[in-house]
Amino acid sequence: MTEARSVRSTAAILLLLCATGSIVSLRAIDRLRPQATLEEVLYLRSPKAVKRLFLGFTGLAASIYWTKTVQYFGSKHHEHAMRFDLLPPLLDLTTSLDPHLLVAYETGSIFLAQRPPEGAGKPDLAADFVERGIRNNPTDWRLYYQLGFIHYIERNDYAAAANAFDRGSTVPGAHPWLKIMAAMMAQRGGDLQTSRFLWTNIYESSEDRTIKENALVRLMALRVDEEVSSLEQLVAGFKMKTGKAPTSWQEIISAGMLRGLPLDPSRKPYVLNNGRVLLDDYRRFPFVRKGLPPGTASSEFIMPGALRPKDARAVQPKH
Amino acid sequence: MIHRLTFIAANTFREAVRDRVLYNLVAFALLLVGAALLVGKISIGLERIVLINLGLSAITVFGVVLSIFIGIGLVSKEIDKRTLYTVLARPVRRWEFLLGKYLGLTATLIVNTFFMCVGLFAALLSVTRSLSQTDLPILIAVYFILLEFLIITAVAILFSSFSTPIFSAVFSFAMFVVGSFSDDLRGFAGMSEGIQRQIAYALTYAVPNFAAMNVASQVAHGVRLPLALILHNTLYAIFYSGMALSAAVLIFERRNLK
Repeated sequence: MTEARSVRSTAAILLLLCATGSIVSLRAIDRLRPQATLEEVLYLRSPKAVKRLFLGFTGLAASIYWTKTVQYFGSKHHEHAMRFDLLPPLLDLTTSLDPHLLVAYETGSIFLAQRPPEGAGKPDLAADFVERGIRNNPTDWRLYYQLGFIHYIERNDYAAAANAFDRGSTVPGAHPWLKIMAAMMAQRGGDLQTSRFLWTNIYESSEDRTIKENALVRLMALRVDEEVSSLEQLVAGFKMKTGKAPTSWQEIISAGMLRGLPLDPSRKPYVLNNGRVLLDDYRRFPFVRKGLPPGTASSEFIMPGALRPKDARAVQPKH
Repeated sequence: MIHRLTFIAANTFREAVRDRVLYNLVAFALLLVGAALLVGKISIGLERIVLINLGLSAITVFGVVLSIFIGIGLVSKEIDKRTLYTVLARPVRRWEFLLGKYLGLTATLIVNTFFMCVGLFAALLSVTRSLSQTDLPILIAVYFILLEFLIITAVAILFSSFSTPIFSAVFSFAMFVVGSFSDDLRGFAGMSEGIQRQIAYALTYAVPNFAAMNVASQVAHGVRLPLALILHNTLYAIFYSGMALSAAVLIFERRNLK
């Protein structure tokens, strides 16, 4: 074996030994620093400072910070942590560096909004965060959709949810369901007038038969809610006038306050029960919020046996 | 053999010390450490933390720049000036030449780091008026920085053994950057699936891991570092440098110098 070959062989063996040694020692270091990637201290919180530090490569910096955000959230979630202190500044940095990073707004707002340990439990902050995303990306309807859901699911603010969905529905290319969601939220929030307007709009603008029929079912439910409200007012008026609650519709008719038996859209009379106005068979009326027996929740689905709009008395939108 | 290695290392050290660029860099580093005093004054209650962080960062950055720019020139300069032929015409083996150069540069870096460290402690003394036991971990941080220099110098020599000085500098600096983000690379590997995961994990072992050696923020807060970390980081630096130098020797042994 020549000397050069001997040197090469020794170097190759050393290379292998050192590579193995470096891997083994690196694994030992990893065991000593299990949370190495997820330090709890975020030293640079200023987007301007980070922008300068990255020499203007803000897209790259935003991607790195977004990766850090996901890592941070993932590790905290894995630990079932109840606090996510670095989440807001990390999201702020990420979106300041790249205001058009939609995934950060969409996913980040979910991280922020959900209750601990599923998220940071900051729905108000999440809504503000998405609003900021909308300001930076006004033509992206998905952000309005996201905002609507945060108001609906996490904040239970139906009016705000309806507003977000409605704003989103006006964005060119928006999914048609935004209009539907807006109407649903308005209905849920008790804003019957807005809800009727939106459902009517959906009915008239949609060419999809299923959507049209669904809009009619919704309008029918709105009409039931309105009729039950009016009848309840009538019952209250009767009680004030006579000093006792009516036991039947006949008493109210005899008092000249009602012209005939009040019928629901299935042409069956509303039921008067201990001063409460109820539907004869509420299961035929999905989405109604009034006229339900005490302790009964509104059905959010059109179940078999539900009243079809074609079988109902006129529910077509009025002009 | 030891004599030859010592001779080459001593020459390399002498050559590096004579280099004016080196003085400029050390002056800049000391200036930055001094600037940390001013920055510390601007912030409230953070003088010590800012000083330590900025000082250690300055030592790292300038040390890395020195390692790379001197490291890449060690071989190429000798070839360009044709002094390598004179050296190799003597009973000096190629691997001895490389290792001697590496040791010489390492010695230079140790001396430079010592001076910068003295500057840092002087600045610290002027801020805190006294040094205490809580300042001792700073020395560990400086030791880890030296370990980084060992690795990056070996990497620079590896690249210079087969590439041009400019490309060697770019590759070495890229390795430093990637190595500094190695925790993120690991995080990315953890989130990936399938072949992407395996490639990412393989990369985390292939690139140097400087993240574990960057303890500036911990020592600034007076966090005690475990002895095991010091031991494993030392072993890692030795093994990684050994790996890079072995690869450099393998390449340099085969290189046609005509």
